[in-house]
Amino acid sequence: MSKRKKRGGLFLVVVGIVTGVVLWGGFNTAMEMTNTETFCISCHEMEETVYQELRETIHFSNRTGVRATCPDCHVPKEWIHKLMRKIQATNELYHKMFGTVDTPEKFETKRLELAKNVWRSMKKTNSRECRNCHKFIYMDLDRQAPRSSEQHDPHYWDAVDGKTPQKTCIDCHKGVAHSLPEGFDPAADY
Amino acid sequence: MKKIALLPFAVIAAMFLSTAVPADVQSLRGYKLNAMAKKPANVKVVNVKGGIERSYKLQPPMVPHEVDKYKINLKNNGCMKCHSEATYEKEKAPKVGDSHYENRDGKVLKTVSSRRYFCNQCHAPQMSADPLVQNDFQGAK
Repeated sequence: MSKRKKRGGLFLVVVGIVTGVVLWGGFNTAMEMTNTETFCISCHEMEETVYQELRETIHFSNRTGVRATCPDCHVPKEWIHKLMRKIQATNELYHKMFGTVDTPEKFETKRLELAKNVWRSMKKTNSRECRNCHKFIYMDLDRQAPRSSEQHDPHYWDAVDGKTPQKTCIDCHKGVAHSLPEGFDPAADY
Repeated sequence: MKKIALLPFAVIAAMFLSTAVPADVQSLRGYKLNAMAKKPANVKVVNVKGGIERSYKLQPPMVPHEVDKYKINLKNNGCMKCHSEATYEKEKAPKVGDSHYENRDGKVLKTVSSRRYFCNQCHAPQMSADPLVQNDFQGAK
């Protein structure tokens, strides 16, 4: 191989790496930009309804000042799951375009259906997003209210023993961050 | 005529004079009437296992736990998450009283009557606050 050809090959590799880094970085930066609360509530569909409800809950305002933002609960942390969720979210763009929930009234009529979607996916992932922060092994049941610690106790020991708990967070904790939909039946299994 | 013209001035003067409080008047709260109010105590809702005893017959039971997470509105009644006929056994919570299932014609309904819907009209959580003024009230046992 001639010296010139060698140099050309090296140049191509360097350009390839730089382009790769820029594209990859750009892609991830853009994805992270859509992964902020400011982005979520830039649509009035989210700002007027679910965001206002979140503001009144313990996930927004509490004694320690730690809070959860929309993506903390609604977007997975692991890259591959996050990407899948983002692809799913393109469906939301379609509904934004057609104004499926563009008034609070429309949102209310769809709320049960929308909530059921979230509950279903949370159940399927064993409440993965809850567990990004809440882990049984770090829970001090003695510091909980008597009822809470009583209810958590069997699941706590399942988790400590490495068994699969019979219940997942969302089974009991529906409506912790947003209003429950009209017609919600606490005895039903969603 | 002159008297009537002077009346507003007299009223204003009286208003200014009345703000002056004699220094020796004490309020029941234990400090001077014209002193700044004390910072309110940081009180919390009490959690009482087994419930709070009634003070008199037919008293609506008081709520022995926090209720700030539960909302009662047109769409939902958060209390019924545990206290409804469908969930009370599973949640080991007291069921809503039988009288609450009757409508105004005395007909027994399957779910809580709408006139009993707003639980916190009668059932209130209690704070860990001492009474501002001591009293020796004894409830009927």
